[in-house]
Amino acid sequence: MHAGYGGTLILKGVDLQLQQGQIGVIAGPNGAGKSTLLKSIFGLLTVHSGSIQLAGELITNVEPNVLVKRGMAFVPQEKNVFESLSVEENLQMGAYLRRDNYNHLLEKIYADFPPLAIKRKQPAGELSGGQRQMVAIARALMMEPRLILLDEPTAGLSPLFMEEIFAQILGINADGVSVLMVEQNARQALTIADQGFILTAGKNRYTDSGQHLLQNPEVAKSFLGG
Amino acid sequence: MNELVFFANKVVISGFAIGSVYAMGAIGVTLVFAILRFAHFAHGDLMTVGAFFAYALTVLFPTAGASLGLPTGFVMLPLAMAMTALFAMALDRLFYRKLRANGVKPVVMVMASIGVALMLQGLVRLFAGTASRSFFIAEHKEIFRIALPIEGITRKLVITEPQILLVVFSVLVVTVLHFFLTRSRFGKAMRAMSDNADLARVSGINTQTVVMMTWVISGALAAAAGVLLSLDVSLKPDMSFNLLLPIFAAAIVGGVGSPFGAIAGAYMVGFAETLAVFNWSVLLRPLAGWLPAWIEIPVKLAFVPTEYKLTVPFFILVVVLIWRPTGMFRGKVL
Repeated sequence: MHAGYGGTLILKGVDLQLQQGQIGVIAGPNGAGKSTLLKSIFGLLTVHSGSIQLAGELITNVEPNVLVKRGMAFVPQEKNVFESLSVEENLQMGAYLRRDNYNHLLEKIYADFPPLAIKRKQPAGELSGGQRQMVAIARALMMEPRLILLDEPTAGLSPLFMEEIFAQILGINADGVSVLMVEQNARQALTIADQGFILTAGKNRYTDSGQHLLQNPEVAKSFLGG
Repeated sequence: MNELVFFANKVVISGFAIGSVYAMGAIGVTLVFAILRFAHFAHGDLMTVGAFFAYALTVLFPTAGASLGLPTGFVMLPLAMAMTALFAMALDRLFYRKLRANGVKPVVMVMASIGVALMLQGLVRLFAGTASRSFFIAEHKEIFRIALPIEGITRKLVITEPQILLVVFSVLVVTVLHFFLTRSRFGKAMRAMSDNADLARVSGINTQTVVMMTWVISGALAAAAGVLLSLDVSLKPDMSFNLLLPIFAAAIVGGVGSPFGAIAGAYMVGFAETLAVFNWSVLLRPLAGWLPAWIEIPVKLAFVPTEYKLTVPFFILVVVLIWRPTGMFRGKVL
């Protein structure tokens, strides 16, 4: 796949595949195109050549709102909550395309993310970084997606919150949702990954299971800090 | 005491009436800014166009209101609002959407809206000339003179039927808008898009529909403001520029992007205007006995002559922007 912003090509031949129910982790140095890759998959950037498929259906350059209907969700790295809306309204916006009664799902999410239940009437902008990340992920879960794309879900979080977010991601995956995430904390992320992709200069250099990548001395030396 | 009734007539009632007009206009300006991120300078002309739609319908069916006991222009208001909403959507389709698709900077949108404003003013004059018109063709304007049951008060409280309709209608509109924005799925989507348009898109909100809804609401409110003001005073083809400036002042003073700020700002500007042009000598004269002899009460003592009323909103605007640059209700910083 080739994609980029306007005229500048950032992805120059990426090829990755994720099985239903797996966790995929995209790692690599800054500027490798990790975020660009996620945005391209979610139809936020133009894919110039190549193709993207979701469960066998072609979704290259399909509009995000169509992808949301097809069971895909995306959590951006920054500005990923509606700051002036309450936590509950954030979740309702996640469920914007649902026309059924989704109260049971709201309750499930409040059970899975207890801090959000307490702060459901508070504007999301007043929450701590870790709680905002929970709101962002919970918003994406409101459509009960098959695949969730996470762009650096632990960026800027303290180690304690990082653990919690990783635990939440494993929990989401245990519910049968496939996860494809970009992560700076590659070592930790690869330990939970079924598939790992190391991206450099717009291409995937290494593709293997998370465990194999962690054991690969070359990968460890160049990308995981020895 | 009679002087206080005079004050109520000139300041309180007029302030409420003009404040309501500004409120309906400022909500539209602030919504367009919240969703589309540009100052829509053709908003005053949406008001003129809306008022002329209602006027045309009134000319066609001059007696339609009689059976309902309401002014015909007011009976035509819902139709005029719908027509102006469509008109605003058409303007977006013809001009603004094309610019948005090219990803132009907000200042280009502002310039385009000034172009649209000039064009609409030309169109209005082309069809309707430059004369003032009255909405009351087959009827007459009802003016209520209410005698107050207090000893010693001979002056009557004066309020016109259009003023009552104006205040009642705007209170209704504001209430409906409040529930729409805070309770309805679509209203929340509007707030979400105003907060973070990219995330709204990622959430599956159809941003194109939200944009259309914004034009529908602000167009309809502009028509309501234009029609109700013209009913009270008269329909002037040049009313747009006289309204545009106070409306922008109201929206900015309240905090651009915040509908409730726009309402507060609108009444603030409305009352400031009526207070500034009020002849304070009227209230001072009864106190003449207590004042030292060397103070002579002038015949007319107002902060600003009526012709310079437009300076008042600007004065408030400057003061508020220095004191609190995001406006009273902390809108988006311009």
